[in-house]
Amino acid sequence: MSKRYDSAGEGGGEILFANTSQIDDLINLARKNSVWYLLFGLACCGIELLQTGGPRADLERFGAVFRATPRQSDLMIVAGTLTYKMAERAKLLYDQMPEPKYVISMGSCATCGGLFQLSYSVVKGVDKIIPVDVYVPGCPPRPEALTEGLMKIHSLVTKERWADKMRARREGTQS
Amino acid sequence: MTVQEIVEQLKATFGEKVGELSETLDPFLTLKAEDLLEIAGFLKDTAGLEMDFLQDETAVDYPDESLIRMVYHLFSYQHRHGIVLKVELDRAAPKVPTLEGLWPVANWLEREVWDLFGVDFEGHSDLRRIMLPDDWEGHPLRKDYEDPTEYHGISHDRPSPIDGFTRVDEKLRQIAAETAAQLAAATGEGESSEESAS
Repeated sequence: MSKRYDSAGEGGGEILFANTSQIDDLINLARKNSVWYLLFGLACCGIELLQTGGPRADLERFGAVFRATPRQSDLMIVAGTLTYKMAERAKLLYDQMPEPKYVISMGSCATCGGLFQLSYSVVKGVDKIIPVDVYVPGCPPRPEALTEGLMKIHSLVTKERWADKMRARREGTQS
Repeated sequence: MTVQEIVEQLKATFGEKVGELSETLDPFLTLKAEDLLEIAGFLKDTAGLEMDFLQDETAVDYPDESLIRMVYHLFSYQHRHGIVLKVELDRAAPKVPTLEGLWPVANWLEREVWDLFGVDFEGHSDLRRIMLPDDWEGHPLRKDYEDPTEYHGISHDRPSPIDGFTRVDEKLRQIAAETAAQLAAATGEGESSEESAS
């Protein structure tokens, strides 16, 4: 008698994670080549970010496409001077991004206040409000520098062990 | 019209209320706050003057004189002439009538001056901050303004990453000085060490 898989709770099956490194590689290959970044240009670095996304530096050859919404973004490129007035909005946008998410702090202003360190209204570093993965120095960084920042994000992504994480999560829910 | 001609016309109309034109590179008239609205209205509506454009409205802080000076740049597109007006205000409680009724752009310019200098504009329809967050304390372009220590839990300081590092040349000088001191101590101990050194 053949088993039917039309009732709830049946069908499918257990995936046994035995040797997970290749699954990790496969998952990370897909994730690495589709890092969608949030359009978040705050000041002059925003123009440089546009250039990086444009035809000359062409981030799209790495599968990195800009999205105008945090809901579809994996990467937040904070491009420009972050003021106290904007800081809470930036935090809100970061919180709205789905996990896993990454942050590039682009340029001196986003990294430490840069040119405006002595100002009364500038946040001295994005890392005061959100965790930063890659800092890109420069004022402003050239598109090549930002592209290298993206490469660093790629290397971060490829090192992650997704299958282990999923297994841990699964075991955590089962226990 | 030249600035002098404009001032002569103002004097003919308002007499004592109009002060002397300054002898600076960019000459200006100093007025009293209570006369500002009347004179500005005259400059805007009188045929031949018709200053239809409020180019700029800002303020300068003079803590030594306990003054805040409002600065108004008026310009006429039609006649291609302009004038600069200044109004001196008490720094402790600066108050001046709004020009919003004459030039609508004054709404935002005055909000900016309120935000950064704390000048109160009487009769303004919407006097609130325009640049800084609404709950910001103080007016940053005043000369005695002190930076905030934090805002909503975000600290305002960032320690320098190179604190605690020593420059290489300083380090080398330090090592040289220590070595020299050790050598001096060693040579001072006895003649045998001096001989070995020579």
